Amino acid sequence: MTTSAVAQRVTRTGLLLALMLFAIVPLLSMFTTALATPGSTPQGLSWPSDPHWHNFVDAWSAANFLALFRSSTLIVLGVVPATVAMATAAGYALAQLNVPFGKAIYGLLLVGLTLPFEALITPLYYDLRSMGLLGTRLAIILPLIGLLMPFGVFWMRAHFLGAEPALTEAAKVDGANTWQTFRRVHLPLATSAWSALAVLFFLASWNQYLLPLVLVDDPTKRTVAGGLGAFQGQYGTDIVLLCAGSLLIILPSLVIFLIFQRNLVKALMQGAVK
Amino acid sequence: MASISGPPVVRQASPTADPASVPAATQPVVPRRTAPRTRRWSALLWVAPAFGMYAVFVLFPMAQSVQYSFYDWDGIGPATPAGLDNWKAIFTRPELLHSVEHAFILVIFYTVLPVGLGLVAASLIRELRPGAFSTTARVVLFIPQVLPLVAAGIAWTWMYSSDGLVNQVLRAVGLEQHTRAWLSDFTFALPAVGVIGVWVMLGFCTVLLLAGIGKIDPALYEAARLDGAGRISEFFAVTLPGLRRELVVCTTFTMIAALASFDVIQISTQGGPGYQTMVPGVEIYRLTFLQQHVGQASALAVFLAALVLVVIWPIQRLGREK
Repeated sequence: MTTSAVAQRVTRTGLLLALMLFAIVPLLSMFTTALATPGSTPQGLSWPSDPHWHNFVDAWSAANFLALFRSSTLIVLGVVPATVAMATAAGYALAQLNVPFGKAIYGLLLVGLTLPFEALITPLYYDLRSMGLLGTRLAIILPLIGLLMPFGVFWMRAHFLGAEPALTEAAKVDGANTWQTFRRVHLPLATSAWSALAVLFFLASWNQYLLPLVLVDDPTKRTVAGGLGAFQGQYGTDIVLLCAGSLLIILPSLVIFLIFQRNLVKALMQGAVK
Repeated sequence: MASISGPPVVRQASPTADPASVPAATQPVVPRRTAPRTRRWSALLWVAPAFGMYAVFVLFPMAQSVQYSFYDWDGIGPATPAGLDNWKAIFTRPELLHSVEHAFILVIFYTVLPVGLGLVAASLIRELRPGAFSTTARVVLFIPQVLPLVAAGIAWTWMYSSDGLVNQVLRAVGLEQHTRAWLSDFTFALPAVGVIGVWVMLGFCTVLLLAGIGKIDPALYEAARLDGAGRISEFFAVTLPGLRRELVVCTTFTMIAALASFDVIQISTQGGPGYQTMVPGVEIYRLTFLQQHVGQASALAVFLAALVLVVIWPIQRLGREK
């Protein structure tokens, strides 16, 4: 290897390390701060001489995290299976079946793909108020299903467009009806597509902030991210407790990502460039 | 239903043929014409739940927003028609106009910098051998993207505070006089918020572009080398055109995030100091829920939705044409 090749390798590795440092440093700063003496204002990044691991327990009870996690789990369970199922059915139909007005339906859904949540939050608030749902978890779940739907249908349709037509023909010849063809042939082949979608929707629901902030007053009925917002309002000045609480909030998203990262990143590449 | 289309296919094919291997050309037109007819309307049932939820919770509220935007309403009392007043205000009232300007400034931080830096990083990292290090790098770079934006806001609010890491580093390298509370500084608040956007988006763009580079035919790079192309011309002749689709995805995704930003700004600055970091998303929230100007909020909401669509549309077209 020539010296210039070595220099290039060093440059590349160094650049990558710098980027990784940029990505991780705010989290490290949070971590060291979370271990500082309660009530103190430590420096941005300094390992405390006497780490207070108990801060995590204190933050846990101060923010009533148990109730928050339970609430978030209920919201995720309300949103993710329903949305994935509906999006899979619609994506399949739009790609494989001859749906009347299919083009128009898909076109309308595509408009929703770029629609910011803030653009809908005002009417949603008044609609849910007149439905009597304000302050309940359904006020987060139902709109979220609608708001995530365009991406779900777009994602699943893209997958089913690539499905092998010969398989449909073969199933048909074997006497399978539309449902059986879908259930026995196409759905098993779509596992990676819909499971990646489920992970993305998990993150979108778990991390959702605007809807809970506006539609549910009681922090214990919000998503964890929404609850964290309230926590910040309450303990904003106690930086040690705030950092400990934030890290607790981050943990589930991080764990889910690390478990599924291989599939997720791969699926994102495939899905995104379709 | 399926039995109608099944048998004729077999009859037309040679009697011994495996049905699955019937060449497409020999499939008769007749069953194709009848079969879809019989199941056509039932296919709507597959789409109905998804489209129903979308119609009730997205399309209908969107129509309401348009309607509200022509009224003056405090959310409680009767609404009075306001004509185009709410719409005119977007272009005349400085705080509304500035919020839209800020959204475009954020595009530099959410889109231009992450895509630009991501391109440089990805093309440099390209030749790094795959292994544990590159996998770790990919995972670490992606982390900011999967965290709640609320947490990103809190982490960076701490980074920028007077005791935070940014000032700590400045002090350590002897730039004490440049330390400040970044998020309450009239000049630096908006760029500071922008850097949070860079943090969230950079890894996503780098990882996506890296994957795209991996799919470019290595022969193209060799051909460029043989033609005597340097690193720079190789980048413009091979890498950039090969990444067209990934670039479109990155740009679209990050531009929507920039124009419609809410979480990070609501957590870190609430639009302040003054209106220095106010963006349409936060302004809509304040107008509706803090100031009860529902009509004005709705006009801004419809304007924002249209703006995103108008900006994204040409980029998507660019990605499709070959």
